[in-house]
Amino acid sequence: MNEALIAETVSITGHDGDEIEAYLARPLGVDSFGGVVVIHHMPGYDGGTKEITRTFAAHGYAALMPNLYHRDAPGASPDDAAAVARAKGGVPDERLVGDVGGAADYLRALEGSNGKVGVIGYCSGGRQSFLAACSLPLDAAVDCYGAFVVGQPPEGMPLKVGPIVHLAPNLSCPLLGLFGADDKYPSPDQVAELDKALTEAGKAHEFHVYDGAGHAFFSVNRPAYRVEAANDGWQKIWDFYGRYLAG
Amino acid sequence: MCTYLTEKIAVAGSGKGTAGWIPLTDATVYLDHPQNAPAEHTLNIDFLNPARGPSARVAVELTADSARALARAIEATLDSAPPGLA
Repeated sequence: MNEALIAETVSITGHDGDEIEAYLARPLGVDSFGGVVVIHHMPGYDGGTKEITRTFAAHGYAALMPNLYHRDAPGASPDDAAAVARAKGGVPDERLVGDVGGAADYLRALEGSNGKVGVIGYCSGGRQSFLAACSLPLDAAVDCYGAFVVGQPPEGMPLKVGPIVHLAPNLSCPLLGLFGADDKYPSPDQVAELDKALTEAGKAHEFHVYDGAGHAFFSVNRPAYRVEAANDGWQKIWDFYGRYLAG
Repeated sequence: MCTYLTEKIAVAGSGKGTAGWIPLTDATVYLDHPQNAPAEHTLNIDFLNPARGPSARVAVELTADSARALARAIEATLDSAPPGLA
């Protein structure tokens, strides 16, 4: 693989037929490829997640990251847009599913697509990756330390998101979960509870919980970065997508 | 922590952002991952004027200890002001 790619900003049709901004990275010189919808973390459609999107293209996948905050703050910088989205209470689950569905359709329609599309999400996007995979026909899903898939938010917290573990029987594809043992949201107990729910539902999944890592260990520009967990996690992703998405 | 847990209040005053001084109408306060501060979680405050768009924002990201120190300093300053000023 020569890792050649092209990356650009495109417009896709998301939830309710809305046109939203998205970041597309595609491999060059590859005849057939799978697709990956990248769900950004809560800080938004930022440089770090665009780098992740390009990394998928360098490894032979077409990757598309919808700007989940586009409607809230079109054209704004990622941090300003994240602040607006937060002030509005965040991304509604229904809208998230519509946007990921639109992104998946866009990827399947690309010339060279093998028709397979997976999803990956980080932080709040980890929960949203699970949500999307329980709501849409997909081929592989990765949940990177998504909080509140399992577990009631602590009493008194006016959270806009609730647990969605009850959706496990609807999971449409294999799920790879990557978590930090030092994380509190999700805690190792919550990860174990999701593991159990998926096993009981007969859903293919594999979870890895890394010692010495907490939340956001993939974020290379944050203190949470843990090189050993991140390197192994990337390898797990390549193995997993290689089995279920590769060209 | 990855939540949308946010305290929202109305404020009156001004703040200086990238476009100069703006009148402030709202503030959000939350504990979560920072955009820039070198810490895993920070107490973040966005001073906002939504009517002027997303960029009408003055943002700070403080460690928990410094945020508490700031809160105490604000209270102490207001409490010690001469009668009738605050």
